[in-house]
Amino acid sequence: MKRIMTSAMIGGLVAASLGFAAQAEGTKDSLVINGEDGPVKIITHVKNPPAGSPLPELFSGWVFRSKETRALEADDFDNPGMIFVEQAWETWNTPDGKAGKSCADCHGEPSSMKGLRAVLPRWDDKQGKLMTLEDYINWSRVEHMGAKPWKYGGGQLTSMVALISLQSRGMPVNVKTDGPAKKMWELGKKIYYTRVGQLDMACSNCHEDNYGKYIRADHLSQGQINGFPAYRLKNAKLNSVHARFKGCMKNIRAKPYKVGSDEFRALELYVASRGNGLSVEAPSVRN
Amino acid sequence: MKPYKLALIPAAFMVMATMASAGVVAPNDVVFESDGAVSQSLTGVPGDPANGRKVFAHRKKGNCLACHKNSDLSEQQFHGEIGPELDGVAERYDEAHLRGILVNSKKTFEGSIMPSFYRLENGARTMKKFQGKTILTAQEVEDVLAYLMTLK
Ligand code: HEC
Ligand code: HEC
Repeated sequence: MKRIMTSAMIGGLVAASLGFAAQAEGTKDSLVINGEDGPVKIITHVKNPPAGSPLPELFSGWVFRSKETRALEADDFDNPGMIFVEQAWETWNTPDGKAGKSCADCHGEPSSMKGLRAVLPRWDDKQGKLMTLEDYINWSRVEHMGAKPWKYGGGQLTSMVALISLQSRGMPVNVKTDGPAKKMWELGKKIYYTRVGQLDMACSNCHEDNYGKYIRADHLSQGQINGFPAYRLKNAKLNSVHARFKGCMKNIRAKPYKVGSDEFRALELYVASRGNGLSVEAPSVRN
Repeated sequence: MKPYKLALIPAAFMVMATMASAGVVAPNDVVFESDGAVSQSLTGVPGDPANGRKVFAHRKKGNCLACHKNSDLSEQQFHGEIGPELDGVAERYDEAHLRGILVNSKKTFEGSIMPSFYRLENGARTMKKFQGKTILTAQEVEDVLAYLMTLK
């Protein structure tokens, strides 16, 4: 608490002298998203994180974005990410592959997927591996539809991830870190705290030690993934969790792990667990 | 095989060029005092504060504004807040200590987020094109240093 107060005060002074309007620690506003089925309340701030959390409080990345960007996410009608969700809905109903089946043929409405996003990635005993939502979609395409897997991080897969994630919107993230998932969680944690690249930084240097402060024009968040896939104004498309990890590693001049690699799966589980308690917010809007 | 040979030529040329510029202290040969200061110039050539100011602001070179506010560069938008403001920094540190902070910040500030600008051993998995390279050249460090010395 003390650290945040101080950084907020120093930040406030700097921000004021440079003419920033934003509060250093992020907005105090709350987020209610107007969707087709009525308003959904989003938990963007957790005052008392689960025991063992490395963070004194949890914040969604939404809290640190500008007023304009925040507003885009508050209404599905304004959220540019929803176009991709609609496309995925069409795909959901379209037969594909040797079996000639669509997702809808087996699963009915996308709402049947409610709750799934909040608990992924998770260890799957049958598969004998840590499964992300991307993995489940591709597995179903291959096993049940006789179709080709989509490219990990590609547009079609990421849009489908967004459609399925949306069904859990508002639900608190609740990934399991113990049991058979523990090993991957430990690996993710190790990656999170390892300094990499020519600039020699770890994820924690920016997203744990310095969130709430500006790094040049960027207001640093906690690097949470509850909002993913995220529509970024910068590239005008939906971005997968792994694509974001890749971008951050490249910025510090480190060779990123591959999108869809076990390292990024492990990191995804670890980062997701740091946000246990925040709402699923996909598709979020970021800059 | 051919591309390798081609690649070797500029590399060999660069080694010769480095050897030719006598007086440049190689990154691994920099001598630190116990408090992290480096008293010997990296090049023996006095730093150019005007170029140092450019390197300081350049996003692909020093990119110091990412983390530090500096009123002398108020024409540049958005100064970061990760590190201390650098107004008047030459009054807080002598030249040797500022050089030490630039070369390897961690010798002065343990575990610092600040990159080490003239060091070869950085984090794991450094991208190929940056491997075996320092972020700034020896002369760029001296130039930034000369610029910092003007911040009084
Ligand atoms: C040099 C600082 C820096 C480092 C190191 C860094 N990031 Fe980031 N990251 C940023 C910035 C700047 C943004 C965009 C603003 C924000 O959300 O913080 C960002 C955004 C993110 C986001 C998107 C958050 C959202 O809500 O949209 C995630 C997730 C993320 N980072 C994860 C990571 C991970 C994992 C690592 C380590 C592999 C990492 N970052 C390393 C600077 C960094
Ligand atoms: C990623 C962030 C970052 C970047 C980039 C960065 N610094 Fe720093 N710098 C810091 C931090 C943080 C400190 C404070 C020491 C600490 O807590 O590690 C610091 C401390 C300093 C100090 C000591 C200031 C004081 O009053 O104690 C000087 C001088 C300095 N930096 C100069 C530079 C210069 C010049 C550059 C660019 C060539 C630069 N820094 C780039 C983060 C950064």
